[in-house]
Amino acid sequence: MSDLTIQSNGFPWLTAIVFLPLAGTVLLFFLKDAAVRWVALGVALADFALSLPLWILFDPSTPRMQFAEQAAWIVSPPINYSVGVDGISLPLILLTTFLTPLCVLVSWTAIQTRVKGFMACLLVMETAMLGVFVALDFVLFYVFWEAMLIPMYLLIGVWGGPNRVYAAVKFFLYTLTGSVLFLVAILVLFFQGGQTFDILLLSRVEYSSTLQFWLFLAFFAAFAVKVPMFPFHTWLPDAHVEAPTAGSVILASVLLKMGAYGFLRFALPMLPDAAAAFTPMMVALSLTAILYGAYMALAQADLKKLIAYSSVSHMGFVTLGIFALNAQGIEGAMMQMINHGITTGALFLCVGIIYERTHSRMIADNGGLAKPMPRYATFLVIFALSSLGLPGTNSFVGEFLVLVGTFLWSKPATAIAALGIILAAVYLLWMVQRVVFELPTGRTAPTLVDLNLREFVTLAPLVVLVFWIGFFPNPVLTPMHASVNHLIEELDEADQVIAEHGTGLPDMATRRRGDAAISPCLRVSASPCFVHLSLKP
Amino acid sequence: MFELLVILIPVLPLAAVLLNGLLGSRYSHDIAHRLGWGSVGLSFLCAVGIFVETLRTGVAREVVAYRWIFGGDLTVNLAFLVDPLTCIMMLVVTGVGFLIHLYSVGYMHGEEGFTRFFTYMNLFMVSMLLLVMGSNYLVLFIGWEGVGLCSYLLIGYYYDRVSAAKAATKAFVVNRIGDAGFLLAIFLIFVNFKTLDYTQVFAQASQLSTGMATAIALCLLIGAVGKSAQIPLYTWLPDAMEGPTPVSALIHAATMVTAGVYMIVRNHVLYDMAPVALTTVAWVGGLTALFAATIGLVQTDIKRVLAYSTVSQLGYMFLACGIGAYTAAIFHLMTHAFFKALLFLSAGSVIHALSGEQDIRNMGGLRSKIPWTHALFLVGTLAIAGIFPLAGFWSKDEIMAHAFTHGQYVLYAMAAIGAFLTAFYMFRLTYLTFYGRSRLDHHVAEHVHESPAVMIGPLVVLAVLSVIGGFPGVPPESGWFHHFLHPVTVAAGGGEEHGAGFGLVATLMVVATAIALLGWGLAHYLYSVRTEAADNLAARAPGAYRTLLNKYYVDELYDFLFVEPAKRLGVVWDWFDRTVIDGIVLGVGRLTQSGSAGSTWIEKHAIYGLINVVGYANHLAARSWRRLQSGKVHHYAAIIVAGLFILVHLILVWWSGSSGIGVASR
Repeated sequence: MSDLTIQSNGFPWLTAIVFLPLAGTVLLFFLKDAAVRWVALGVALADFALSLPLWILFDPSTPRMQFAEQAAWIVSPPINYSVGVDGISLPLILLTTFLTPLCVLVSWTAIQTRVKGFMACLLVMETAMLGVFVALDFVLFYVFWEAMLIPMYLLIGVWGGPNRVYAAVKFFLYTLTGSVLFLVAILVLFFQGGQTFDILLLSRVEYSSTLQFWLFLAFFAAFAVKVPMFPFHTWLPDAHVEAPTAGSVILASVLLKMGAYGFLRFALPMLPDAAAAFTPMMVALSLTAILYGAYMALAQADLKKLIAYSSVSHMGFVTLGIFALNAQGIEGAMMQMINHGITTGALFLCVGIIYERTHSRMIADNGGLAKPMPRYATFLVIFALSSLGLPGTNSFVGEFLVLVGTFLWSKPATAIAALGIILAAVYLLWMVQRVVFELPTGRTAPTLVDLNLREFVTLAPLVVLVFWIGFFPNPVLTPMHASVNHLIEELDEADQVIAEHGTGLPDMATRRRGDAAISPCLRVSASPCFVHLSLKP
Repeated sequence: MFELLVILIPVLPLAAVLLNGLLGSRYSHDIAHRLGWGSVGLSFLCAVGIFVETLRTGVAREVVAYRWIFGGDLTVNLAFLVDPLTCIMMLVVTGVGFLIHLYSVGYMHGEEGFTRFFTYMNLFMVSMLLLVMGSNYLVLFIGWEGVGLCSYLLIGYYYDRVSAAKAATKAFVVNRIGDAGFLLAIFLIFVNFKTLDYTQVFAQASQLSTGMATAIALCLLIGAVGKSAQIPLYTWLPDAMEGPTPVSALIHAATMVTAGVYMIVRNHVLYDMAPVALTTVAWVGGLTALFAATIGLVQTDIKRVLAYSTVSQLGYMFLACGIGAYTAAIFHLMTHAFFKALLFLSAGSVIHALSGEQDIRNMGGLRSKIPWTHALFLVGTLAIAGIFPLAGFWSKDEIMAHAFTHGQYVLYAMAAIGAFLTAFYMFRLTYLTFYGRSRLDHHVAEHVHESPAVMIGPLVVLAVLSVIGGFPGVPPESGWFHHFLHPVTVAAGGGEEHGAGFGLVATLMVVATAIALLGWGLAHYLYSVRTEAADNLAARAPGAYRTLLNKYYVDELYDFLFVEPAKRLGVVWDWFDRTVIDGIVLGVGRLTQSGSAGSTWIEKHAIYGLINVVGYANHLAARSWRRLQSGKVHHYAAIIVAGLFILVHLILVWWSGSSGIGVASR
């Protein structure tokens, strides 16, 4: 598939990056407990170091998959070990490898029981997450996709808070239900797309509109739960509250991106007609999530819940940008994914740090931290400002592009989303006011000590990223352009096909794009409104 | 060289921010404050250089620092535009900023967080300079939000005070409402022009429909109203007085709050195309000028009186914009920066002398104890009241004259009444603070002292500027100031008329002076001659007095209308989330579990004949929440996987039936 991929130049970069943490896990079991933390940190850092050349060697001028590797895995049905990265997956890979060492660091003293198992879970998790981002074969993708569930389930269920089992079950139930429908969709694609699991080949197939409709619903079930989109979000606050800090960080920073990544990688390129037709619904759900998450955050007394609901709101911007279906919207959404990973991850780290000291996550127990912990307060304020999208911080760039993209699609939608920006300032600054400012309220306040070196080192790189991306976003944006433009072209092509063949009988057969005209039974009106979606039998 | 100087203007304070912010704890306060005021002073010198150059060449120039955001067909540079308007703003911001920084060295001496104070102040200078120097809307917006941030941080400077922390949050949130409007305006501009650069936007502006121009102008106005504390978003500014006094002088009087005025003048090309928007601006300004002045009549906190007077004076600037007197708006912005900074800083000197006392009911008779401060405050009062020939007279008179000569008699009347009230409450403040008998607490009275030279020095400079600052704008509408700004404030093809005859102009000046003197006279009568008269007046109309004292209960109204409902909505939705959505999820879970139990039962009995009756009885009996939820994942998983197999099986059968499994479908 030379026109779709650029083969790796000798060194199997992606295989090395994906499986290094897994190899590290094996190593862990031969070590004494005392060395586990250092080795886990070493492995995670080595993986980050290994992923940096990807970014340097990446050719931003092409939308093709780069550093590709392919090997036959199962001959019949044809399942391959096939991996590669493009501008959509590259930033997410770097985000994952960047955050894992920080997760190890923040768990240094917080995790005292079964350290070996904990670190193993973190590293297995890293392999699974990276696998999801590089997989170019649906079966491979699904294996990694499901593999993520297990370490996460364990992280919450074993090292979590008092109500951890309830949270773990809820998390498991929600995501597994989505995954099952996703698997069904993969099988349907296999049979309808020419007996292949190759994601790139399947993306080039033109599916009938009826099929797209159902496949989109199946994808939606899987991805909307992960994002999470309203109303599939209620697992998130529970999972966050019960998860250990590292679990919360991974959950918020990377796991939530899986859903958005799924929409970008599968739903849009494979099902462009359905994506366009479902846009009003997706936008409505995104806007609901933005406002709903914000109001919910306003009502929370628990810091982790507050940040969890702010995630719902922020991820609403991501899905909003994706379904603006234009370059600004999608690039903004991708920026927002990265930024949310950095900022919300950082906020969860901050909560974890204070929880270690006061053993409470309640706002009421953690007042007035500026006096006893000035450094900590500075970090928290910076991350809160980033989270509310202050210009000069990372989040502004993403939110701004998302809103520009949305504005091109619908002005009222943008106005509603802008309300979310106001509310973000309300709940975050109100939190800062109660936690950082005013008089110390906690019983333990006088004895609180400021950040130690390990904690400082954990947070400092995130602050650097906050401002670096805020003022110089181009190194992050540039690799995206080619891939996003390619995606937009495909979507436009689909639009044109719909425009040319607005009516016709449903046709369950599929053809390669460029073959005889397809006959979509989905009609997309010029004025996007879900009522116009008519599904003929 | 020119480029370098331009870029240095914001970069110098930025360097001080980084040094003080990162390393400030490692060196003494002396180094920190020298970096603070030194960097701003150097910026001022650079600005003077740029100003001289612009004066010589008379051309607007753009300086690009680097490409900032680039996505789709949107490209935004971090770039600066240097034209006469920018020059004036730069000079005011860095000049007044420098003096206030210098003053702060004395005022903040010995405060905890001294270095933090200078870091924030310098960060404010950086943001404000980006705001006035940016060559596109997004750089303006970074500055816009940046000054908001610094305002937030500095209002909350005494963060362990609950009132300060609350005021800080309030200021930021109210500003955010304006910012949302501003953002929408930016999007509208981008959609219509495909660029965010001023020069390109203004060049193409004539192609815009009136409706679109009005929409953009009104969205911008929302932003301006928030930042410049106009009706209905003015409520944050009086509370912002919780910050240290130099902050009130720099941010909440001289510079930041005038950003809205700057923005409107900068975008006057768009406003000129939207008469509805312009009229709105004029009325917002006129109403605010009058409304805030009435509240200022009865306030008892020295800084709050000045705060309401700031809101009121900003109203004059908006009024000027709304009637097309853009130059007059910038002129008043400049003179106001001089005399209001002077007033705030002298008020700070009073507070400093009285060990923190701010209530004018506990002052009086300070004239002899702190003579320098008294003289300086008096100059400020004369200037703001519009006494000939001080700075405030010229700029305020020009606005009022413009309204009159352009037939806006109602607005003129509002401005005139406002001017009367201004003179009254400012002289009331002066009399209550400096004259009459001393009402000081005797502990305080023992320690009254004049401020050090480092504080009085900058005040003297500001006092001189408050006296002579109006002369560049003389004669009205055709002074040096107007000629300098002419290329910016006058749209291509149009022009500010110079039609009013000398006689009319002179008459209006006399009227304006008479109004100011009348206000002074009344204050003199009530607060110096018959001191009990004011109390009698308040007693005779208690309802009106209390309404004014409580600021028309607007804060309470907003709390009732917006803040409380928002909090309650959050609580209601939280309940909805936990009961309804989770109820559905858990209900489905429970249903699945029963189904799972049933199917497993059949499997175990019918197929394998293995019975574990006890276990199942236990399971079915387990009604408690915990038991229901714990340890049963395998059941869910089992039923889900079983369902999956059935589905997969059905699909395989279905598709193989239609297309034949194993046969390539292509």
